[in-house]
Amino acid sequence: MRFGGIVALDDISFDVGHREICGLIGPNGSGKTTLFNCISGFYRFPRGDIVLDGVSLAGMPRHRIAGLGIGRTFQNVALFRSMSVRDNLLVGAHHLGRTGFIANALRAGGVRTEARTAAERCGELLALLDLNEVAGTVVAALPFGTQKRVELARALMGGPRLLLLDEPAGGLNHEEVAALGELIRRIRAHFALSVLLVEHHMNLVMSVSDKVVALEFGRKIADGTPAEVRAEPEVIRAYLGDGGND
Amino acid sequence: MRAPLLIIALLLAAAVLPPIFASGYQLFQLTLVAAYAVAILGLNLVTGFNGQVSLGHGAFFAVGSYVTAILMDRWDVPYWATLPPAALICAALGFLIGLPALRLGGLYLALTTLALAAATPQILKYRLLESWTGGVQGIVILKPDAPFGLKLSGDAWLYLFTLAVATLLFALTANLVRGRIGRAMIAIRDQPLAAEAMGIDLAMFKTRTFAVSAMLTGVAGSLAAVAIGFVSPDSFSAALSITFFVGMVVGGGASIAGAVFGAAFIQFVPNIADQVSKSAPGAVYGVILIACIFLLPQGVAGLLRHTKRA
Ligand SMILES: Nc1ncnc2c1ncn2[C@@H]1O[C@H](COP(=O)(O)OP(=O)(O)OP(=O)(O)O)[C@@H](O)[C@H]1O
Ligand SMILES: [Mg+2]
Repeated sequence: MRFGGIVALDDISFDVGHREICGLIGPNGSGKTTLFNCISGFYRFPRGDIVLDGVSLAGMPRHRIAGLGIGRTFQNVALFRSMSVRDNLLVGAHHLGRTGFIANALRAGGVRTEARTAAERCGELLALLDLNEVAGTVVAALPFGTQKRVELARALMGGPRLLLLDEPAGGLNHEEVAALGELIRRIRAHFALSVLLVEHHMNLVMSVSDKVVALEFGRKIADGTPAEVRAEPEVIRAYLGDGGND
Repeated sequence: MRAPLLIIALLLAAAVLPPIFASGYQLFQLTLVAAYAVAILGLNLVTGFNGQVSLGHGAFFAVGSYVTAILMDRWDVPYWATLPPAALICAALGFLIGLPALRLGGLYLALTTLALAAATPQILKYRLLESWTGGVQGIVILKPDAPFGLKLSGDAWLYLFTLAVATLLFALTANLVRGRIGRAMIAIRDQPLAAEAMGIDLAMFKTRTFAVSAMLTGVAGSLAAVAIGFVSPDSFSAALSITFFVGMVVGGGASIAGAVFGAAFIQFVPNIADQVSKSAPGAVYGVILIACIFLLPQGVAGLLRHTKRA
């Protein structure tokens, strides 16, 4: 994957197992978000392949990715700003719905059943992520940390098998980061999903991940257990060269 | 955001009363308000809810008007039976225009639709179409009488008929936007990339929204043509499209009820401006418009939302 002269991703290969939390680390600009965007279909990669349970994502239309069971959050938050928290979550369940324009205009039976199912799921996630109090608030009015939680809830609404989290700890303080680690593990257990976690908070990544992949300049420089990756000379060099972290 | 059913029922009850006391001309004006409300509702769906700015909805209004006029004039189709074909033709047209709109977006889409609006009168005057459209002369259609031996004037009947059709279309549209489909429309407007990541098919939604929008505005054109009893190319200049746009903004973007206020505005404020100053009604209209936009930045519907919350 390249942008003009920049090779943003080069010959990267790794696996995320079922119900595994895989940390993805690397200095700024190393290609972590670009990798997410390739998985989401926002960027078309010219070579290589990304496979989810035997299904290739290459050339897959963007709107089909959610239906395959991939949910994601965005580094800089991409919520539907004019909508309430609840409505943002409900959009997250969009791909689970089947009713079209005509059924909705006539408010046919299927529409009500579908709405009820989505509302129940929404209620659960609002409670799980402690968003009940702001359920009716327009998201643009919420602090960044809360918006990140709304995004996480929205991604979970679609019932993903693989959850992509791009810097979920952005804007959180130390205790909140620790709580987030707990939450990610709880979510994995509760929803039986795999997580690909991009984070600069080393402590968080190292404590929740089963496995860590390290990137630098679009190349994989290490992968393995958190302890192995932490001990890898390439990783130490990349992070020290980057001015250190945490 | 949704008005309670009781309020809607009371408003509807009030809306059927004018035939008792209003003059024929007043009823005619109210009929136009109902038709314009549907036209603005259509525009609001695609522009207010979905974020695809159209400055050319007068074109769909014109097509709806002409389909009705031609069917009544050449084939003696009863006025009410012209509504479904007008709806279908305008929906198809809207869908087709929605396709290039996918690639344009933003200001370019606004300009392209404005060009469509500007071309509409000329297309209607086009010589090869003259045997259908009546060219510059337009088409005169007969005003229908009340059916079933009802003791109502033609104006009263047409008002009630238009009101009934408008109410039905408002109810269907309100249903459409309050659930899954409406949320997807707004999601696309707010954050298209995230909408796609949620599984929303942008191309499908945008073209269908354009089609439904054009259909509503086209039916509004049919209703207005029957009420006015006459169609001619120059009634469908680009100014009409801009007027609808003004109505949408004044009523409130992305608001169902706002369309009614917007329609009342574009129907009555020019008359008021005319009474205030015979020499410069345009300037008075402009001042009223600017005042509205300053005082009600979110339209009349936005004001009502705030008072309800306070
Ligand atoms: N749309 C784009 N156009 C051009 N260059 C891009 C684009 N997206 C990313 N890049 C470049 O690709 C490289 C990788 O960027 P990416 O955003 O994936 O890094 P990252 O690992 O997510 O960094 P960070 O930790 O700062 O979020 C950078 O050099 C960036 O400038
Ligand atoms: Mg990034």
